[in-house]
Amino acid sequence: MIELFLQYLVAGLTYGTIYAIVGIGFNIIYNTTGIINFAQGEFVMLGGMTAVSLYAFLPLPLAILGAVIITMAVGGLIEMVFIRWLVKPSVLRMIIITIGISILVREAGLVLWGEGVRSLPYFTGDEISALELGGVRVSPQVIWSLGVCAVVVVLLNLFFKFTMLGREMRACAANRDAATLCGIPTRNMITLSFVLSAGIGALAGCVVSPITQTQYAIGSGLAIKGFTVAILGGLGNSMAAVAAGFILGILESFSIWVMPTAYKDAISISILLAMLFLRPSGLFGNREAFKLKDF
Amino acid sequence: MNIFTRLAAALTIVAAFIAPAMAADTIKVGAILAVTGPASFLGAPEAKTLEMLVADVNAKGGVGGRKIELIIKDSAASPEKAVSFAKQLIEEEKVFAIIGPSTSGETMAIKNIAEAGKTLLLSCAAAEPIVNPVAKYVFKTPQMDKDAIIRIFELMNKKKITRIGVLSSNTGFGGAGKGQIEKLAPEHGIEIVVNEVYDKAATDLTAEVTKLKAAKVQALVNWSIEPAQSIVIKNTRQIGLKIPIFQSHGFGNIQYVTVAGKAAEGVIFPAGRLLVADTLPKKHPQKAVLLDYRKTYEAKYKEDASTFGGHAYDAMKILIKAIETAGADPEKVRDSIENMKGFVGTGGVFNFSPTDHNGLDKSAFEMLTVKKGKFAVYK
Repeated sequence: MIELFLQYLVAGLTYGTIYAIVGIGFNIIYNTTGIINFAQGEFVMLGGMTAVSLYAFLPLPLAILGAVIITMAVGGLIEMVFIRWLVKPSVLRMIIITIGISILVREAGLVLWGEGVRSLPYFTGDEISALELGGVRVSPQVIWSLGVCAVVVVLLNLFFKFTMLGREMRACAANRDAATLCGIPTRNMITLSFVLSAGIGALAGCVVSPITQTQYAIGSGLAIKGFTVAILGGLGNSMAAVAAGFILGILESFSIWVMPTAYKDAISISILLAMLFLRPSGLFGNREAFKLKDF
Repeated sequence: MNIFTRLAAALTIVAAFIAPAMAADTIKVGAILAVTGPASFLGAPEAKTLEMLVADVNAKGGVGGRKIELIIKDSAASPEKAVSFAKQLIEEEKVFAIIGPSTSGETMAIKNIAEAGKTLLLSCAAAEPIVNPVAKYVFKTPQMDKDAIIRIFELMNKKKITRIGVLSSNTGFGGAGKGQIEKLAPEHGIEIVVNEVYDKAATDLTAEVTKLKAAKVQALVNWSIEPAQSIVIKNTRQIGLKIPIFQSHGFGNIQYVTVAGKAAEGVIFPAGRLLVADTLPKKHPQKAVLLDYRKTYEAKYKEDASTFGGHAYDAMKILIKAIETAGADPEKVRDSIENMKGFVGTGGVFNFSPTDHNGLDKSAFEMLTVKKGKFAVYK
């Protein structure tokens, strides 16, 4: 029984890591622009797909590095082409633009890579290997994802809290006009936020690729859950997104234990709705600060 | 009247004159296929196969002196789109016949539209309800889900497996397969202990397979056509569950074996013989057809041929054969297909009848397995 409990917990952790690592990407663009980038899932897809393509002739670490750099360039380019020249775009307009971008990138992925499903190899071990921890088995890739997730969150926190650049980026979201008056090049900050979140999305896409597999259409599915946990945790806070990711993942996993799988998504959507009604600032968000936001 | 309305009027008049003239020269065949979207691995090879076949037939002078005009509509596996395309093809394009759709859900959505429009529909989808009950104008070329399941259960009986877990995806294919499994299991003395439906876009299924482990099932049957079927087998092996895994004929695409890697070894599934065409005995009636299709497809598109493309191949070949025998009259062609016997296709040897609009039986399936990353006949 206890073994079974732990196995479901491991399953929940696996779900949670996938959600969390995708979820953090949402926070960076939110932190500078105050909008949700609906193309975040496509960055995840681009990262995974590019890495698979590069892996054909590069060793794995270089392929991942290359994929992250290429996706960052794409992220920056997208911002410069579609967003940079807008004068004071409204939140709604930005959201619609990012939805458009997500469709564009997805279709480009279809043209580039076709409809087939691919995957990076497991970083350590293979498809059937697992670590035995007290009778429970966990795929080494889950540990990799957890590790990458932790490192990214710590680095992001340090960056946004303690570096000048990070603070400048946050200032853009708080009040763009005021930030401009303080001499912060707001446009460059926004471009930078797209580059950064594309990079993190791509990294997430590479790390989860052996688990989830990668296909041109996988972005939107991952993004929905990532978006859910970003909201659940409280937008803008990476640590909170990770915590929310694990909470959701574990809840879903245990729901499967006692209920048919079909109810799994109903549970996560109900939680999201309840959260939006009762505590729109998220589990760990600051209510006072949230009231000052646009939406 | 401004310039635009005049222009539009002029165009309409020109079009009205041109359209019938073109229609007289060609036989219009519509195809509704999931070329993109979640079922693109069905629709894409089907579309490519049809384009290849039609180009070939037209290069040889067409059917009875008339060229085939192929109109492919990409439904992206959405039943709503399939419905509007079906209406468009039947009412506006007035096509001779429609090939597709690729998925069962879409086919069921347009079954009645084809029937009401008296337009031949040759579906490339597997589910039983497409041809049972029989609709006058609706046929299908893939083998029956039912027969695939019977083949699996017969093998289970031989292996003395009685307690199984069933996982299926929430699609038309998954749902239809699940229904048939539930219906046929008691007849074969098999008990379904776990029966779970997962989302077609699932990215990890560890919790679902843990449920199988807890219930101590003797085998797993997974019924889906999405990439998730590779995830299922990886997760099963990762949690250390060593039971036999049975998949549906939807597993018949080597990319699923590739992404599942070592976990795919030993998976058992029923499939058409295309995948093992070169290992068939020389005398096998399908061998020549299978090798021919595979060779031409792989030479043209530089990718592996799949059984799914084969379903479109069979549909088009059956249609062409019927037009050749009965002439380009939709009613006569329908009758001709209904009475066609011994037609050798990629899916099997078709014997249609007024009560059987599929024409295949369980012998159309071969039990296959995965050995060293390749498909092989299960022995």
